[in-house]
Amino acid sequence: MNYSSYIALIPLLPLAGFILLGIFGRKYFKSSSGIIGTGLLLVSTVLSLYTAYKYFFVDGKAGDTYQTITALKFTWLSFSENVSIDMGIILDPISVMMLVVVTFVSLMVHVFSLGYMKGEERFATYYAFLSLFTFSMLGLVVSSNLFQVYIFWELVGVSSYLLIGYYYDKPSAVAASKKAFVVTRFADLGFLIGILILAFYGKSLDIKTLMENLQSSELAAISAASFVGISALTWGLTLIFIGGAGKSAMFPLHIWLPDAMEGPTPVSALIHAATMVVAGVYLVARLFPLFALTHAALSIVTFVGIVSAFLAAIIACTQTDIKRVLAYSTMSQIGYMMFALGISGYGGESGLGYTASMFHLFTHAFFKSLLFLGAGVVIHFIHSNEIKDMGGLRKYLPITNLSFLIACFAIAGIPPFAGFFSKEEILLASYHSNKMVFAVALLTSGLTAFYMFRLYFSIFWNKNTVVNSHHGEGPVSMKLPLVILAFCSIFAGLIPFGEFVSSDGKALDSHFDPLFSIAPVLFGVVGILLAMWMYKKESNKPKQISNSLGGLYKVAYKKFYIDEIYVFITKKIIFNLIGRPAAWIDKNIVDGLMNGIANTTAAVSNWIKGVQSGKVQSYAIYFFGGIVALAIVFLYLWK
Amino acid sequence: MNLSLLIIVPLLTAIVVLLVKGLKQVRTVALIGSAAQLVLCFVLFYFYQQERANGNTANFIFEDNYTWYAPLNINYHIGVDGISIAMVLLTTFVVIAGVLVSWKMERLNKEFFFLLLFLSLGAYGFFIALDLFTLFFFLEVAVIPKFLLIGIWGSGKKEYSAMKLALMLMGGSALVFVGLAGLYFNTNVNGAHSFDLVQIANMNIPIEVQKLFFPFAFIGFGIFTALFPFHTWVPDGHSSAPTAASMFLAGISMKLGGYGCLRVATYLMPDAAHEYSTIIIVLACIAILYGAFATMMQTDLKYINAYSSVSHCGFVLLGIGMLTKTAIDGAVMQMVSHGLMTALFFAVIGMIYDRTHTRQVAQLGGLMKMMPFISTVFVIAGLCSLGLPGFSGFVAEMTVFMGSWEKADAFYRIATIIACASIVVTAVYILRATGKAIMGPVVNNEHLTLYDAGWNEKLAASLLIVGIVIIGVVPFFLKDLISPGTGIIIQKLASLIK
Repeated sequence: MNYSSYIALIPLLPLAGFILLGIFGRKYFKSSSGIIGTGLLLVSTVLSLYTAYKYFFVDGKAGDTYQTITALKFTWLSFSENVSIDMGIILDPISVMMLVVVTFVSLMVHVFSLGYMKGEERFATYYAFLSLFTFSMLGLVVSSNLFQVYIFWELVGVSSYLLIGYYYDKPSAVAASKKAFVVTRFADLGFLIGILILAFYGKSLDIKTLMENLQSSELAAISAASFVGISALTWGLTLIFIGGAGKSAMFPLHIWLPDAMEGPTPVSALIHAATMVVAGVYLVARLFPLFALTHAALSIVTFVGIVSAFLAAIIACTQTDIKRVLAYSTMSQIGYMMFALGISGYGGESGLGYTASMFHLFTHAFFKSLLFLGAGVVIHFIHSNEIKDMGGLRKYLPITNLSFLIACFAIAGIPPFAGFFSKEEILLASYHSNKMVFAVALLTSGLTAFYMFRLYFSIFWNKNTVVNSHHGEGPVSMKLPLVILAFCSIFAGLIPFGEFVSSDGKALDSHFDPLFSIAPVLFGVVGILLAMWMYKKESNKPKQISNSLGGLYKVAYKKFYIDEIYVFITKKIIFNLIGRPAAWIDKNIVDGLMNGIANTTAAVSNWIKGVQSGKVQSYAIYFFGGIVALAIVFLYLWK
Repeated sequence: MNLSLLIIVPLLTAIVVLLVKGLKQVRTVALIGSAAQLVLCFVLFYFYQQERANGNTANFIFEDNYTWYAPLNINYHIGVDGISIAMVLLTTFVVIAGVLVSWKMERLNKEFFFLLLFLSLGAYGFFIALDLFTLFFFLEVAVIPKFLLIGIWGSGKKEYSAMKLALMLMGGSALVFVGLAGLYFNTNVNGAHSFDLVQIANMNIPIEVQKLFFPFAFIGFGIFTALFPFHTWVPDGHSSAPTAASMFLAGISMKLGGYGCLRVATYLMPDAAHEYSTIIIVLACIAILYGAFATMMQTDLKYINAYSSVSHCGFVLLGIGMLTKTAIDGAVMQMVSHGLMTALFFAVIGMIYDRTHTRQVAQLGGLMKMMPFISTVFVIAGLCSLGLPGFSGFVAEMTVFMGSWEKADAFYRIATIIACASIVVTAVYILRATGKAIMGPVVNNEHLTLYDAGWNEKLAASLLIVGIVIIGVVPFFLKDLISPGTGIIIQKLASLIK
């Protein structure tokens, strides 16, 4: 099959699902909506897998390089001769990989939700929103045009908003959805202005043309055009990266992600762990040839990535809400992907960071969604998010226990699980380019192992909770995705990823080095053992340690007070110092002035005529007549 | 095709409304009449596309020209281009939706529907007029009924609002008239003065004259489209107006101003437009950002939408002030988009008010539970307002931004960034209102018994949403429609630069 003959179906089938379930779901498909949504997505998934097979093994290569295939393209809105928004589908290694990841994880979540969300009042709406998200995310990853990215970027944002606020009668969920949207919107402002800058100097919105233009003749011009000593290209890319950092919950724009856990847990698995939050990483990777041109922008990416990775890992060690721990862990892992891109070069061996970043994105999608779905089972079972309500659950939830353990090994980087290979590659790449980053990353990987196993032992070991729930692990629809994802979390790392995905499309040899991996594995094992010592059995060791850390622990527990800083800025400064005065000025000064004019006119007319009719008609006539008379006098005088 | 049908059909409907008896007959006639308008407008659109497809490249199509008052050379001269068609289509959508949401108007229903239809007549006439006097005449036709609609059927401090609105719009009209008269007395066609838009466009009005009269025309029309600081009629006027009148006011009347700024002020006085563009941009940016911040603090749903209209109409003025093709395209798209979106917003606020008898955000809450349809419409209107892709607002705003960015000077850059920044503030106030009124727990237990939308309300909302989504999903349609029209305006502007 030719790509163009079917490729559009991959995003359009979920869209069809959204329209169908969104309009008719409530009435006609109340119970069958899950099956409809899942069925449509299944077709998309199969088509994506077929595309991946065809692209990677049959006809994606020209010579020894994977090429970019434009499978579909049409002009959606043209601004000027060169600049237009085109809607299109391009296939290149990263977009094909993302197609597989998005459809596959989404399918797992769709299936899981069949059991998890069963009996919900707004079951159809839930599936409609999930379909909308899947459509938007697929549209994003196949974009050939920078503005197309932005369009779908906003759409994934709104799907996330709708799904976080799914339990709309819960004030905390409403607040969280609002926060997520506004924070990412703020970041998107950067993205938008970045697009405007790049489009102006690159004279195109098409990513490929834009890159060609900026890399060649235009480069001199764009480097010359600078604002406060920074070139326009750096400005543009940095602003675009702000957009990416917002969506990917990078420091300091990460504050929305932990709150976003108010959404249903399968949603967290899909959107806030595996797919949408890595959109920022994907964006940087998509524009990587441009980023590689400017060292400054890449340095910012590195810095933000490593700070986020480390900071989030520390916070994750102190949180007590199971989903929030996972949220911070997501932020930390995305930080890894981000700085791996930041330290990477373009082409050949120097592009190892790029490959490693994409590899980690790939493996992370499986084990992190598995962790969230496992957390979903636990929450479903125990009806609480708090670690203190859990313990000893391995007896009740054997499959969840095992799959959660596998995912924990994967994220902790223990061989031969998936995360080991990708994290290993990231560490290797950073070792070769920046020792400082490498050191922090290594420390973070130890922390990762610690907080993940702290979570694992607290849930499945530790004290024995008395459970009066009898529905066990739930139906097959909930167990099956766990098993499949666990399978992927074990074996996904064995894929020779560099063969397929690299910065310049040429195969990159595996850099696996057993000697090098001793240190990271050692850090991981120490973290696990520490967690085991502290949390496997119920004890007061954690309490003692946190007490001995004193203020340090509290600061981490309070998430470094970043939320408080934001609240101060928004509530005190924006609302009280800008919003309120604006509203007051409008009511009292601007409007007062207008009323003053009207009152003066009325008074004058009163004075002239001696009577006040009180009828607006007469005022209007005075006013109108007066101005016409003035105009006529004025005209003749002027002539 | 005879364009005068656009005036005759509403007029006939209005007359028949006066002749029939009882609410049922009145509203049926009004609905049939507005449905006929809708069909007519689509036929017009179809024929227009046919003409263009057949290679008719005239600036205006379907022209008609009758002498009205020979001594002053006033003619009833009408004709349309793509911009007019877009505005006419907008009008018909708002009219039929307005009739549908007024379905249960009990008090003085005959007069109410008569005035609504009369208003639509004025709007159509204005958008198709090619003679400045005719244009002014229809502008006045569209203003006067509004005073009565608010004064009689309004709520709250309606006398004050009606008076304020009438005075400010009359003041605007007076300024417009001065501007038009100024043009008139400086034309010379075979020894006589002329009001004819096409003739004036082909003339070279001396730059001093333009500089003198451009402010009159632009501010005059600007008052209609909430030009800062003359926007203060907007919040009070809207909040007191009955639902359909609010929809007309924001959906159509404010567009009369934008259209006038573009078609009369900018097109006929391009030199002056260049001269004053800096001031226009500054005022537009103030309206955009300051309007958005002022919206953030409002607690009444109608005030929220009214202030947000000030902010959104700022994009129209910004696009016009930028004087680039793309920006002006964006301005026209924003007019259409905002017209549909704000009409939808006012319609849904009206539906909520009819049921709960309050518009205070704090007294509402959890409406999604009782009224899923109305709440969904509210969310859609909100998402359109905050510029979500897939809806018309996004397309229009982005076109304005892209067009503004084409100007490389730092001043224009800063102006564009200020305008872009409003998308964040918009998100804040829309989500605040949605979060409190639509989502969250039910605040007032009496609301639990409320019912969802009726068929008429569903139809009205669906029509407007279809319009919004069509523009949002296939924007090239609208863009291609208006492009020749804006091209002519730009041509005239560009010829002056050289």
